[in-house]
Amino acid sequence: MSAASSRPGTVRRFETPVILVAGLAFLVLLATWVPGIVSPRSIAQLMIWVVLVVGLYTFSGLSGIISFGQTTFSTIAAYCVAWLTLNPFVKASSMPGLPQFILSASLHPLASAAISIAVAAAIGLVVALAVMRLAGEAATIATFALLIVVNSIYGNWNSVTGGMSSIVGIPIVVGVWIAFGTAVLAIVVAYAFQTSRGGLMLQASRDDEVAARASGIEVKRWRIIAFVISAALMGLGGVVQAHFLGVISVESFYLGTTFMTLAMLVVGGRSSLTGAVVGAVILSLVTSVLRGLERGVELGSVNLQIPSGIQEVALGALMLVMLVRRRRGLCGLWEARFSRGDAD
Amino acid sequence: MVQTLINAISLGSIYALVALGIGLLFGVLKVINFAHGDFITIGAFALIIPSSQAAAEMGIGLMPWPLVIAGVAAVVVLTALAAEFLVFRPLRGADSATVMIASFALGYFLQSSLLLVFGSRPKSVNLWSQLNVPVVLGGAETSLLQIIIIAATALLIAGLGFLMRYTSVGLAMRAAAENFRMARLVGVRANLVIGAAIALSGILAAAVSLLIVVQTGVLSYRMGVPLMIFGFVATVIGGMGSLLGSAVGGFAVGIVSVLAQTFLPESARPFRDAVVFSVVFLVLMLRPKGLIGGGQRGERI
Repeated sequence: MSAASSRPGTVRRFETPVILVAGLAFLVLLATWVPGIVSPRSIAQLMIWVVLVVGLYTFSGLSGIISFGQTTFSTIAAYCVAWLTLNPFVKASSMPGLPQFILSASLHPLASAAISIAVAAAIGLVVALAVMRLAGEAATIATFALLIVVNSIYGNWNSVTGGMSSIVGIPIVVGVWIAFGTAVLAIVVAYAFQTSRGGLMLQASRDDEVAARASGIEVKRWRIIAFVISAALMGLGGVVQAHFLGVISVESFYLGTTFMTLAMLVVGGRSSLTGAVVGAVILSLVTSVLRGLERGVELGSVNLQIPSGIQEVALGALMLVMLVRRRRGLCGLWEARFSRGDAD
Repeated sequence: MVQTLINAISLGSIYALVALGIGLLFGVLKVINFAHGDFITIGAFALIIPSSQAAAEMGIGLMPWPLVIAGVAAVVVLTALAAEFLVFRPLRGADSATVMIASFALGYFLQSSLLLVFGSRPKSVNLWSQLNVPVVLGGAETSLLQIIIIAATALLIAGLGFLMRYTSVGLAMRAAAENFRMARLVGVRANLVIGAAIALSGILAAAVSLLIVVQTGVLSYRMGVPLMIFGFVATVIGGMGSLLGSAVGGFAVGIVSVLAQTFLPESARPFRDAVVFSVVFLVLMLRPKGLIGGGQRGERI
């Protein structure tokens, strides 16, 4: 594992996040300076995917326990943002069941973001304390149940969440640069945790749980901590998404998003941060190309168009082929670095 | 009261069948099949002619009932075997997380393929609606269908039990569930056992497809997902890897659901599922290995 190679001098220690951030910065510059290649909006959405996938990686990638429930924390945070930032008059009509102090609240996006992420992390802690009692597969099922439960609560609690209908009118304050900034933040947090003592112990337990336990690693404790950090990052993703689109619904972060983030992580390589970022970037670009084709593209005199719905089928197929052919993903355990000498 | 009991047992029967399908595969392959719900969906859609029209036109569903059952079972079993050949077999030896993600991806692939072919609007179908007649049993009014669901489940569980206990394939499956490597060393053919397990799980899924379509009369491309969730929950609280546990867990979940539906105040009804899952969480906190053993205790599979 990269454990051994993360010790050398400070410059080398930060190689990976620096390279990843530089790569993302390049995409932003491309979108803002060269018109016509990619729209800044699609790059902003790409950055939000990076936040979500890095968030998922922080728990599932480092602990080796697959979670189908992490996007729940994006839902929780995004609704929190809606509660705290929406115009009080709109709230009074669409979500009359909210307590008075929330109904009258109209916070600055930064303040609401901080509160929303804290709420997501706190609920993450409660969930983790329960779920981490279970062994691998059962824990995965429990996370799946979490996804369904929260979806059903938010979808039915009409007086507080607006039920199945979308909430519109969240202030749109996120552009490509802010989205990029949050992606950087997510990468830095994930990398700091990954190379910390606890992060290394967690990775050791992923690679060999029995040996890790025998070496005195408190596996459960580090899993809980990783779960909470992951919940906070997923919450961050939810906050940014809400302020980017201005609209959220219970479907925003449900099965589709769960699949997408997992596909990105698996295609990139779920055991490395580089893999998480690379997967998010590649699949974002692939889906936006497929979406474009579904709308139709003029190539000279030929109008190329594929039936809508192909994109999802293609993504599912791509993920299956990837798993069967290269189950560790594009990056495997590899992390981006300049030097090759002390590779592990 | 009797009516509530029958409701609970018939809902529990459906969940038990789903849980058995999931538990069977988990026992042999140690894989949690996240595509099991989509196998059920495929069985349901097998009844109609592929088209994205809003009105569904019956295909297989028009045949005499034994052929309908055989046809739906064949489609689901073939899908399941194809999944085994194309996805699970190449992943033999991979860690369980990888296989689990693969089955999730398979489920997504099947769902989006169904979406592509049949469209996203739910379709109403009319299969064997004459079974939805009320009958009076022990002073309580219930429907013939619920009694058929219970009877069919009893028959399938008995058949499965017989197969496991008295046939050589069943013996091989039980051996493989106990210790896969050891079973192979004494001559159990791995691919045969896994093929049999996935085919059986397909048959159980097909049974659920039919029962659900007769009961609800609606097809939708995600219809299998909620069933699968309850099946998962049932296998977890029953104790992973124990078939008896899966069945018991299924009935337990069904009974808790119906009780919640009956006795919760009106305003809390929409949160029935949340209440059921909270009970599950509670069970898991108290008994992380499930109600029925798990681990090496008790008879597995």
